[in-house]
Amino acid sequence: MDRAEVEAKMTDLLVEELGLDRDKITMSATFDEDLEVDSLGVVELLMALEDNFGVTIPDEEAEAIGTVGQAVDVVMEKIGG
Amino acid sequence: MSDRVALVTGASRGIGRAIAVHLAADGNAVAVNYRTRSDAADEVVATILAAGGRAVAIAADVGDADAVAGLMDEIGETLGPVSILVNNAGITDDNLLLRMKPESWDRVIQVNLSSAYLCTRAVLRTMLKARWGRIISVTSVSGLSGNPGQANYAAAKAGLVGLAKSVAKEVGSRGITVNAVAPGFIETDMTNQLGDAVREAALPAIAVGRFGTPEEVASAVGYLASDAAGYITGQVLVVDGGLAF
Repeated sequence: MDRAEVEAKMTDLLVEELGLDRDKITMSATFDEDLEVDSLGVVELLMALEDNFGVTIPDEEAEAIGTVGQAVDVVMEKIGG
Repeated sequence: MSDRVALVTGASRGIGRAIAVHLAADGNAVAVNYRTRSDAADEVVATILAAGGRAVAIAADVGDADAVAGLMDEIGETLGPVSILVNNAGITDDNLLLRMKPESWDRVIQVNLSSAYLCTRAVLRTMLKARWGRIISVTSVSGLSGNPGQANYAAAKAGLVGLAKSVAKEVGSRGITVNAVAPGFIETDMTNQLGDAVREAALPAIAVGRFGTPEEVASAVGYLASDAAGYITGQVLVVDGGLAF
């Protein structure tokens, strides 16, 4: 899966799992301020990423994720892309 | 018949057994967890099956993180994801605090309180996905009022209240309620060990004039586990017959 596919899937998950507005989702958008996702929401997103991409994201790496793009980075690294 | 799965820890006897039987009668599939009493746990399952319900007995020391992970895997494979968790497993190891050894303190905290943390953490994942969950911990009037000789037990049981109130605030927005039930004196193996003198001293302090039954505690748990209790969270439901402790 290439980066464009992961970004597209990430955006779909954010819309479907967290009910976010598709127009607001950019790679530089921050979860807490731009997208107003609470801390539980980020945990839920990570669980959805793990299930959808078949990866495991350890807590230490998860805590460093602040933007949509950073979440994509972590997934790309885990799937070996 | 609901398609929900309930896990009751420490369900081979006493209050845990009554809760397992009650939740099964309400139509839930029940994982009857126990540590060592396999015959008793099998009897609980047989009782449930005979009444037309669904249940399996699964051994695990819920004070141990690896055992809890294994327990959840096995339930997932045999019954499905847990949507009702009852943290009931509990032990006593009474002594005056001055005489209480660290092992005695640690073990009671581990089995009564840390197990609730381990099990709650393990089930939240699937409850969050389902946007529905019920987590009920069995605390005790001892935890609310204190009891000489039971500082470890009371501390652990009081800890369950803080745990319930905190987690309730964390996950309430996802349709998961987290509460505690506080039994008073209930007729079980735990209270049968109290001498006659203690029982006779306790009775005048109980407004309804008798000890409670495990089923009376199970009814309270059953209500909190239902859809009807969806607006109750972070609460302690005391089932003590009006005990002036």
